[in-house]
Amino acid sequence: MVTLNKRRKALDIMFFLLPSLFGLIVFQMLPFGYSFFLSLTDWDVLSKMNFLGLDNYIEILKSSEFWKVLGNTFYFIILYIPLILIVSLGLASLLNVKVPGRKIFRVVFYIPVLTSWVAAALLWRWLLSPYYGPINEILQFFGLNGPSWLYDKHWAMPGIVFASLWKDMGYFGLIFLSALQSIDKTYYEAAKIDGASGIKNFFNITLPLISPTMFFVIIISIINSFQLFPQVMIMTQGGPYGSTQVMVERIYTYAFDYYKMGYATAFSWILFVFIFVATIIQLKLQKKWVHYEG
Amino acid sequence: MRGRKVVFRRVVFYVVVAVLAVFALLPFFWMLSTSLKETKALTTIPIQWLPEKPSFQSYLDLFKIFPFARSIFNSLFISVVGTFISVLSASMAAFVFGKIDFRGREILFGFFLATMMIPGNLLMIPNYLILRELNLLDSYTGVLLPSFFNAFGTFLLRQNIKSLPDSYLEAAFMDGASRIKVFFKVILPLIKPALTTVTVLTFMGNWNAYLWPLIVLTSKEKKTLTVGLSLLNGQHASDYNMLMAGAIISIIPMIVVYAFSQKHIEVGFNVGGLK
Repeated sequence: MVTLNKRRKALDIMFFLLPSLFGLIVFQMLPFGYSFFLSLTDWDVLSKMNFLGLDNYIEILKSSEFWKVLGNTFYFIILYIPLILIVSLGLASLLNVKVPGRKIFRVVFYIPVLTSWVAAALLWRWLLSPYYGPINEILQFFGLNGPSWLYDKHWAMPGIVFASLWKDMGYFGLIFLSALQSIDKTYYEAAKIDGASGIKNFFNITLPLISPTMFFVIIISIINSFQLFPQVMIMTQGGPYGSTQVMVERIYTYAFDYYKMGYATAFSWILFVFIFVATIIQLKLQKKWVHYEG
Repeated sequence: MRGRKVVFRRVVFYVVVAVLAVFALLPFFWMLSTSLKETKALTTIPIQWLPEKPSFQSYLDLFKIFPFARSIFNSLFISVVGTFISVLSASMAAFVFGKIDFRGREILFGFFLATMMIPGNLLMIPNYLILRELNLLDSYTGVLLPSFFNAFGTFLLRQNIKSLPDSYLEAAFMDGASRIKVFFKVILPLIKPALTTVTVLTFMGNWNAYLWPLIVLTSKEKKTLTVGLSLLNGQHASDYNMLMAGAIISIIPMIVVYAFSQKHIEVGFNVGGLK
């Protein structure tokens, strides 16, 4: 009876885990190993595969293209992170105040989050149109001559940053909002008795208390920034003059335009290292934060 | 003095609200306005904020020029089936990880969680090549197969199942119910809110997916809506009225889903972010 039950249990466990295990093994573990193996070869799908050792990695790290791509990514990060913090924190502060229409605003700001990046990128390419787009029209209204945005190598990346801010601010805004709402009201009441003003309160009370959320948003933003893809693919295709080429776009191009699978997978492993480091930092810090918040 | 300060603060507040609201709303307004314009009206100087002669022509053209209805169907099909597979598979695994003890369970669960650190971009090339070996490129099956594994969904559902009181299950087992029956009749109904969250998020992820269907589906009539739109972007790069009409159509299902499950989506995204 006992052994029968045991066998029954083992069979049940197998049954319940089978679909996930199939996916885990065939589409997670196998490709994980396979991609590392491929990164050590020169496979181009058509001809015979040669083993290269670490040559792909060396070639990538020696290429000026890689450093340019990394530079482009950091340029995006440097523009994006301060702006997304300001915009989403501003948004959260607004939604935290009891004004009429708050609920509608919440929905409005959230729609970009629900929109696919493809649709959002199409829209932003059109918004940023130098002659026929509303953004330059508005700038003109204020007497400013708008740049050519996606057609100008200096302005293409800022254009992508604007699109990303629009797309992401509702997401991070709500994360900040829940952080704001978890702050104990008595802090502010105490400050009021001391006669502290709104701005002082923001820097002395709000900011320190939401700093864990802020770090979280920064790290997540960095992880996402390393993986820009649809916005670049649809808005600029990496141009003009390679000024918006980024890692995933390069990986896609090498793999599916040139069929250089070895080179492309090596590139994706280098990308993985960056993301992995950021993830570890996040997990390490998160442990501390949980302690704080608890 | 104090009164003036309050007024000033209020003015600043409303200016900031206005700027943020314009930043959020103007793009949608422009998208809608453009989609109702004739092609000629796209390139006038100064620009037309509202279409002078509004028409639905661009929406009609969209369906003529491109197998657009087909791509909507493809997106729906892949999203619905993919979500079903993914949520069922995840909840089955979550049942084991939450309620059935066995040796090595925590190690295996750790494996599930660890995969969340592997970016999809690392796996897309080998997964493409695996599908190629299996002769499943350019097929719905190929696009759907990776859905069997959903680490985030498994994690979220497992937390829920774990917190269910054991007494519920014991009562069912006492009545002689099998684990399969317990899973469908007891567990799933009890975790309905979490199940809804995972279902909605997975559906949205599938509907908006781009890179994976882009590389797997190559024939025109199999492409999903997002991939179709990006293709249209290549071929009709300046027909913005049509592109915007397509973008609007692609957003509508998401807004409908959101309208019915706002809480679930926002909660899920927060948990998803904070893992």
